[in-house]
Amino acid sequence: MKELKFILRRIRETPLSIVGLAIVIFFTIVAIAAPALAPPRPGRDPYMIPRYGYSPIPKPPSPEHPFGLTQGQYDLYYGVIWGTRAAYRIGVLIIAVSALIGIIVGGLAGYYGRIIDEILMRVTDIIFAFPGLILAMALVVAFGPGLDSVTLAMILVWWPGYARLIRGEILRIRSEDFVEAAKAIGCSDLRIIVKHILPNAIYPLLIMASLDIGSVVLTVAALSFLGLGAPEGYADWGQLISLSRNWITGKPGEPFAYWYVYTIPGLFLFLFVMGWNLLGDALRDVMDPMIRRR
Amino acid sequence: MGNIVTAINLRKYFPIVGGVFRRKIGDVKAVDGVTFTIKTGETFGLVGESGCGKTTLGKTLIRLLDPTSGKILFDPEGNLPEDPKIGERINNYDISSIKGRKLKSLRRYMQIVYQNPSTSLNPRMLVKDIVAEPLVVQGLAKGKEAEERVLQILERVGLAREHLYRYPHEFSGGQKQRIAIARALITHPKFIVLDEPTSSVDVSVRASLLDLFKELQKKMGLTYLFISHDLSMIEAISDRVAVMYLGKIVEIADPRELFNNPLHPYTQALFSAIPIPDPEVKRERIILGGEPPSPANPPSGCRFHPRCRYAKDICSKQEPALIEVKPGHYVACHLY
Amino acid sequence: MEAILRPDEQLRVKDLVVRFYTYEGIVKAVEKANLNLKKGETLGIVGETGSGKSVTALTILALTPLPGKVEGGSILFKRINGKVDDILKLSEEELVKLRGREISMIFQEPNAALDPLYRVGEQVAEAILSHRLPEMLDRAIESLKEELKNGNGGFSSKLQLWAYNEMKKNPDALKLKLVKKLPIIGKTISRKLNQVVRDEIIGLLRLMEIPDPERVVDSYPHELSGGMQQRIVIAIALACSPLLLLADEPTTSLDVTVQAQILDLITRLKERFGASIIYITHDMGVIAEISDRVAVMYAGNVVEVAPVIELFKKPLHPYTKALLEAIPRPGASFKSIPGTVPNLVNPPSGCRFHPRCPHAMPKCMKEVPELRRITKEHYVACHLYGGEGYGKHSDSD
Repeated sequence: MKELKFILRRIRETPLSIVGLAIVIFFTIVAIAAPALAPPRPGRDPYMIPRYGYSPIPKPPSPEHPFGLTQGQYDLYYGVIWGTRAAYRIGVLIIAVSALIGIIVGGLAGYYGRIIDEILMRVTDIIFAFPGLILAMALVVAFGPGLDSVTLAMILVWWPGYARLIRGEILRIRSEDFVEAAKAIGCSDLRIIVKHILPNAIYPLLIMASLDIGSVVLTVAALSFLGLGAPEGYADWGQLISLSRNWITGKPGEPFAYWYVYTIPGLFLFLFVMGWNLLGDALRDVMDPMIRRR
Repeated sequence: MGNIVTAINLRKYFPIVGGVFRRKIGDVKAVDGVTFTIKTGETFGLVGESGCGKTTLGKTLIRLLDPTSGKILFDPEGNLPEDPKIGERINNYDISSIKGRKLKSLRRYMQIVYQNPSTSLNPRMLVKDIVAEPLVVQGLAKGKEAEERVLQILERVGLAREHLYRYPHEFSGGQKQRIAIARALITHPKFIVLDEPTSSVDVSVRASLLDLFKELQKKMGLTYLFISHDLSMIEAISDRVAVMYLGKIVEIADPRELFNNPLHPYTQALFSAIPIPDPEVKRERIILGGEPPSPANPPSGCRFHPRCRYAKDICSKQEPALIEVKPGHYVACHLY
Repeated sequence: MEAILRPDEQLRVKDLVVRFYTYEGIVKAVEKANLNLKKGETLGIVGETGSGKSVTALTILALTPLPGKVEGGSILFKRINGKVDDILKLSEEELVKLRGREISMIFQEPNAALDPLYRVGEQVAEAILSHRLPEMLDRAIESLKEELKNGNGGFSSKLQLWAYNEMKKNPDALKLKLVKKLPIIGKTISRKLNQVVRDEIIGLLRLMEIPDPERVVDSYPHELSGGMQQRIVIAIALACSPLLLLADEPTTSLDVTVQAQILDLITRLKERFGASIIYITHDMGVIAEISDRVAVMYAGNVVEVAPVIELFKKPLHPYTKALLEAIPRPGASFKSIPGTVPNLVNPPSGCRFHPRCPHAMPKCMKEVPELRRITKEHYVACHLYGGEGYGKHSDSD
């Protein structure tokens, strides 16, 4: 309780983190309230954006479609609202699974050391040797396009960072006296890792994960933009931006005629990434000195 | 009274690895062949300077480190005869190579209190959980019963119910050390290694911890191995004292005898170096020349000979044995 | 107020107040501390964790650790030119000249005080070159002239001679900077100077009783033992023969036999360099050994000041008495001070020791006792004793 209060006070003291927190809260509410904000048609997959015709030319905002219609007459408003939910679903899933793999692999490598460490860390080296986005693209192509393969590919690319982080933390904590004291009272290895080491190693991981949610969503959007992610019509910001590709230059004499098709999903994506980054920065500032306070 | 702990020719080497393939290129001989006994119910003081292997010896005795060779006999009930015949009987008491379940249940009877309570208590656990953990792990008590016993032991070390639901960082150094003591004592062990338990607390609190150790020893029938580099404290608390130099025990005696009549040249130098808290007394100092040699590459013969004032030819060739020169006073030196 | 020190005084800390602004609240680390130090004397400051002894020492160097702030008082120091300055009012520029040259410090952890990336010689050279450059240049010039006179100096000697004379005039001159950048010539120029400095360092290390100084100069700190490292730190501190040496628990991390060597060394060096020393420790044994006078600090206050023999024979303050009784002695039972060191965010009212004091009176809870003079050189801050105020003695003497 005392620590929570302390964290909240530290967050209050830095205005940028309040902005970050506000943005994240805003998106969370949008994601939760998506069915109310943009009711899906009954009996259809709510993540598929409803279409209002087949004309390739986007339509500007109107009372029925507050953010306008994209190329192919998809409703932009519905798309960005449900896209928020999709972003959370994909982002959180990818981060959670990656972090879990990272904890297990990093934990094993850090605690047991020697050959296990050597093998596991060389595997992470191999993954680190490729640029993340390129590797993810290659994997998606190999698995066949689709959201599931994007998720899988992203997890495969993302976990080594966490494994490295956890391993480093564990190496540091493993030599602390309280770990040896736990051994002295007869704790099993598993209990030492779970009860004594991980709770002390997990904070940097939480910070990194919150910083990463933004970048994961951004990367997934990039894959969608390239046509490797969600199927056409799926509520996904990257996909929506991809649909605006032909309309960025506008009409002759009217360069911003179709501003809404790229600005609106772009803005959502931008704010989402920035919000998480600010929040993650704030968490880092708060937790680092807290750990060292005494 | 019998001997609760007997070490026979105990060695602990740490490998030095080097090169690309991390091959073993040598050993740090932290404990190199020590033989001694700790009597049931006594406080056995162990002094020496940093790097002499005293902490390693303490941790090896309670099997936090696996000995490289030698035997450790542990006899909490006093069943082992004074001078046991070598053979099967001894091996029943030998804990130097037991493993698994047996080792785990042994942990109940041997505990350790560390030098720095700030690092020996898990910062993310409540006091209640820290102190109860040995009970839970050993399967001795759970839930309400465990809490009851935690409370009992906390009161014994001078803490109270209100401290149960706090984190270690909310306590002062002396109080933290009391928590660590409570954790060590909750399973009612017989033998406790105290590894410089007062060196990280303030002078004014130090004495109260020493008092606590004495009191607990009386009430709970404990045997202590008290490791310290503070000679005046060792003198004040121990029943017998061993002096260690570079992985070897060089002298054992009761503290009075040791302080008034140190025999080993190293012990003499060590004691003459203690600053006396009396500005009017000026002691004749024996300033040791040179640096302590590395335990990876100890000198031949007597390990102290390169710094010894009385070194003779034999000292560099033959290792002196620990012999009893007076009743209860053992020394490993060619002078005697 | 005019800054006055008595002729035999080197330093006077007057009513020093230091506070730390932390999240937990304002830590009143040093509260109205008074100290004085005579020329050539060793003052021991003894106290437990949180007594404010290290903060006081760092403040004398105007290096109060963050988030600490000096909130009052003065630190008068007699400078090398005989002037008396208040260190707390000096400009940063003046302070740079002061630190290392006139006041230097030895810390508890020698391996934290030395930079692991530089050789020992380079680190000592830095201290020498930053404060004693002209002297070193003179020596180099002298030796070059000698060489030229004997006819075994060539063009490079002349070049160096020119460069050193220029350096003496203005070490920051542009042409010098340019010449130093030139390939071969740049190196040539500093050859003699480096040699002179190296000789000086080796001499200094020899004084520190470091065996084989020619080898040690070129080693890295991690290649040396703790005792050797501390000797190097002392060499750096004494490189410029400072007027005042602050030693903050310099032997706490060392073994007793090494501690004995270092104490021995400090005592002998003091005679040679004639510096005044402030020696901070919590070990009463070390205090008895090394100091001429002792100041006892408790929870940010100086509670007693006395010559060392008097303090051990006739301690006045109840805290000092308790501290002396807490030393473990064989045979005797241990005596500890009841209670714990107070939290300095909310220190006890009145005398800060009163909750732990066996002689506490109602007055102790209300009034802060002043440091008062009992006998000629014995001062105590306790309501049990009368005596005249600390600040007044300089007028009456």
